[in-house]
Amino acid sequence: MPESMADLLTAQPLFRSLPPDALATVAGCAHNTAFRAGELLLAEGGEATTLFLIRRGAVAIEVHDPGREGIVVQTLSAGHVVGWSWLVPPYRWNFDARAVTDVGAIAIDGACLRSKADADPALGYSLLQTVSGMLLERLQATRTQLLDLYGTRRDEPAGGRTA
Amino acid sequence: MTVACGTPASAPHPLTPALWRVTGRKKETADVTTLTLSPEAGVVPGFGHGQFHMLTAFGIGEAAVSIASAPGEAVGGLAHSIRDVGPVTHALCEAPAGSIVGVRGPFGRGWDIGELPGALPSGTDHVVVAGGIGLAPLRGAVHDLSERHAHDAGRLFVLVGARSPDQIVFADELDAWRANGVHVEVSVDAAPAGWHGTVGVVTALLPKAPFDPVRTVALVCGPEIMMRFVAAALADRGVAPDRIQISLERNMQCGCGLCGHCQLGPLLVCRDGPVVSYGGPLPELLRERRR
Amino acid sequence: MGDNESVQVDDEVVIGRRGLDELMASLAALGYEVTGPVVRDGAIVHGPLAGTGDLPVGCHDQQGPGSYRLEEGQDEALFGWAVGPASWKASFFPPRETVWSAAPQDGSGTPSIAQADDEPGTLALFGARPCEVAALDILDRVLAGGEVPDPSYVRRRTGTFIVVAECGTPASTCFCTSMGTGPAATAGFDLALCELPPGGDGTHEYVVRIGSARGAAALEVVPHRRAGAADLDARRQVLSGAETRMSRRLEVDGLRELLAENIDHPRWEETAERCLSCGNCTLVCPTCFCSDVRDVSDLSGTVERHRHWSSCFDRAHSYIHGGPVRSTTASCYRQWLTHKLSTWWDQFDTSGCVGCGRCISWCPVGIDLTEEAAAIRETSATREGRDA
Repeated sequence: MPESMADLLTAQPLFRSLPPDALATVAGCAHNTAFRAGELLLAEGGEATTLFLIRRGAVAIEVHDPGREGIVVQTLSAGHVVGWSWLVPPYRWNFDARAVTDVGAIAIDGACLRSKADADPALGYSLLQTVSGMLLERLQATRTQLLDLYGTRRDEPAGGRTA
Repeated sequence: MTVACGTPASAPHPLTPALWRVTGRKKETADVTTLTLSPEAGVVPGFGHGQFHMLTAFGIGEAAVSIASAPGEAVGGLAHSIRDVGPVTHALCEAPAGSIVGVRGPFGRGWDIGELPGALPSGTDHVVVAGGIGLAPLRGAVHDLSERHAHDAGRLFVLVGARSPDQIVFADELDAWRANGVHVEVSVDAAPAGWHGTVGVVTALLPKAPFDPVRTVALVCGPEIMMRFVAAALADRGVAPDRIQISLERNMQCGCGLCGHCQLGPLLVCRDGPVVSYGGPLPELLRERRR
Repeated sequence: MGDNESVQVDDEVVIGRRGLDELMASLAALGYEVTGPVVRDGAIVHGPLAGTGDLPVGCHDQQGPGSYRLEEGQDEALFGWAVGPASWKASFFPPRETVWSAAPQDGSGTPSIAQADDEPGTLALFGARPCEVAALDILDRVLAGGEVPDPSYVRRRTGTFIVVAECGTPASTCFCTSMGTGPAATAGFDLALCELPPGGDGTHEYVVRIGSARGAAALEVVPHRRAGAADLDARRQVLSGAETRMSRRLEVDGLRELLAENIDHPRWEETAERCLSCGNCTLVCPTCFCSDVRDVSDLSGTVERHRHWSSCFDRAHSYIHGGPVRSTTASCYRQWLTHKLSTWWDQFDTSGCVGCGRCISWCPVGIDLTEEAAAIRETSATREGRDA
C-alpha cells in the first residue's frame, strides 16, 4: 500500500513539528510530482501558486541576464523548500528554479494553504512558524554567501611585509 | 642570573632560512600556485599534518605557507600552495622551477588525527571542511586519513567550499579521493549555468554527509567567519566542540613564539596553534569584537 | 677602611665610592663590559662606565604621568634617581639588528646565507634596579625559556653579571611594591648595593650583599669591611622609607581574571579618546618584546633581513590578508594592557609588568595603567553589584 501524503509530509524535517491535525490539513492541499533534469519547476514572472518540497534530486535557483549565461544562485536538495512567493501578494515568481537532476517533490497548493490558514488562525500561525524557520535558515545562508568569503580582499597596505 | 646556552651549534637557527629549490610548479587556480620544494641540504625535516613553513622570496620578504603534502609522501619534495595576495606571495607564485626560496620551520601545532595506535576508537569518522585555499593545510591529512579509513570502519567526508567552480584547489585530486572511498562534496558561492554541483554555503553540505556526530572528529580550515559558522553547525549536529579542530590565521612573522604578532587573547597562534580545538574559551575569543 | 678578608655568598659588607670604582675595575679585569646609568640628553640612560664619575652623580628626577625632569643636584649621591626611559632589554634584544644576509653567488643563482653571529661581549650591568632585574627574568622566559629560544638573545644574555642598586628613591610613578619586584633586591643578582644616607662629609657608603660565587670573586679584591648592625639597620631604613613613599598602587589580586572578563568594558573606548597610539609605552617597557622583520636589498643583489622592535599600537602589527585584526586605538590599548597584566600569565606564567612606571612617565598624554586597571575594577564591581 502506498504511503499516505500525511506520512510523506511527516518524513520531511520541515513538517516534523507540525501537530497531526495541521498535517492532515496540509496533506489535503498536496500532491506528488516529478521533474526531469533540465525542466523548470517555476519561472521568473510566472504566477506563484505552489510550494515544492524536494524529496529527492537537486534544484538550482537561477537568474538570467541577456548576454550572460544563466547564473546559479543556490542549489537545493532533499528536505529543502522551493518557492515562497505564493505566500504574499503579488504571488509572482522572482527567479527560475530548474531541476539539475531528476527531481521528486511534493507540490503544495499555495492558495489552498492560504485559505485554510485564513479560516483557522491557530493553524495559520503554526504553519507560518514552520515556514519562517525555513526562511530564516535560507536568509542566513544567503547572507553568508553575500560575504564573498573566499574572494580576494583588499591588498596589504603599502610597506606591508606579510603575505 | 644565568641563561642556559640554548641552541646547540648544529641546530638550525630558527630565524634563518634554509635554501630549498623549486622542483615543481602547478597552477591550481587563477591566483593559487602549488610549488614543490626540495631542500638543498637533502633531508626533508620531519613535520606534522597542518604545520606551516615560513617561505622567503629573497629580496622581497617572508610569508607563512602551510605544507600541503602528507608526511608520508615527502619523497620528491613538499607541496606548498600559495595564494597570490601581495608582493611576497606574488614573488613566490612566480618563482620558476629550479629557483631557490628560503624555508624556515616547520612551525606550529597541526591537526590531531589520532595517528598513534589506539588514539581514537575504531570506527571514528572524520569530517574535513575546507573553504578556498583552506584545503591546502588539510590535503596531507585527507591523504593519510583516506588510506587509514580504506582499512578500518571509520569514514572520511570531505566538504569543500569555493567561490566558483574555477576556484577549487586540487580539483583533479577530488576524484582520486572519491575513487579511494572518500565521500567528497563541493559547493560554490556562485556558478554559471551548466554547473551541476551545489551552489550555496559550505555549511549546506553538512546534511549531505551522513557522519555519526558522537564518533566524529572534524577538521575545519578556511576564512574565520566560515570556520565559526561551520563549527557552530557541527556542534548543532552533535559533534563535541573539543573534537572540532580549526586552523587560525593571524600575523605570523617568526613562527616560533618570539615576535608577538599572532596574539589571540591567551594564545600565541604560531606556538599554540595554528590548529586549535573549538572547545574551551575559543568561541568566546573569536566572538570578541576586534579582539 | 678594610679588614679585607675573603667573602662568600650571602655575606654583607660595606664599601665606599672608591670601592665602587675598584669594583668596576675588577669587573673590567674579569673581562666584562661594564655598563650602567649615565646622563644623556637630559635623561638617565645606559652607557659604558669607566668609573663612578660616569654615573649620574648628584642627579635626582621628578616623574609624573607624562612628565620626566632630571635635576642636577649638588650632593654626592650616585643612585638618587628612579629608572629613566632606557631599559636593559636594548642590551640583549637590540632595537635594530641584522638577522642574516644573503649574497648572490656568481652563476648558480643560489644565494649564500651568512648568519649575523657577532660575538658580543659579556655585560656587567652596574646599578640595575631590582625591578629591572625582574624585567630581565621575564624577558628570559619569553625569549630564552620557550621551545625555540632566540639565539641572538641567548648569546648576548649568557653570563651577564648583575650589580643591583637597591632603590631608595622611587619616583611618583613607581609601583614595584605592588608587583613584588622592589625596592629591595631579593634574587637574580651577583652583588646588590644599597646606597646609605650621606655621612657628615656628604659622601655615601654602600652595603653590598653577595649573591653569587662570582660576585664574591669580583668583590674579593675591593677594599671592604664587614657590615655592622648599624649599617644593616641603615639599609633597612632606606628601603622601608622607599616603600613608605611609594604611593602608587596596582591591585593585582584577581587582576588577570578581571581584565579577561572585561573585554567589552566602555573604559577602553574612553581611554582611546586620549591615547595617541604612539607606542611610547611599548618602547620604554622593559618587557615588551614584539619585533618586526624587514628584508632590505641593495643593487649588488645582497639581501639583509633586519629585525627591529615593533609595537602592538602599530596597525600593521596584527595585519592579516585583508586588514588588521585590531584596527582601532581602543582594541590596541586593550591588547597592550590585557596582555601585560592578564594573558601574559597564560603565555609565560608570569605578569608582564614589573611596576617600573616607565609607561606612565613616557606616555605623552599621561595615561596611567594603574588608574586604568583600577577604573575597570571599580566599574566592573559596580556593574556586578547592580546586576545582583
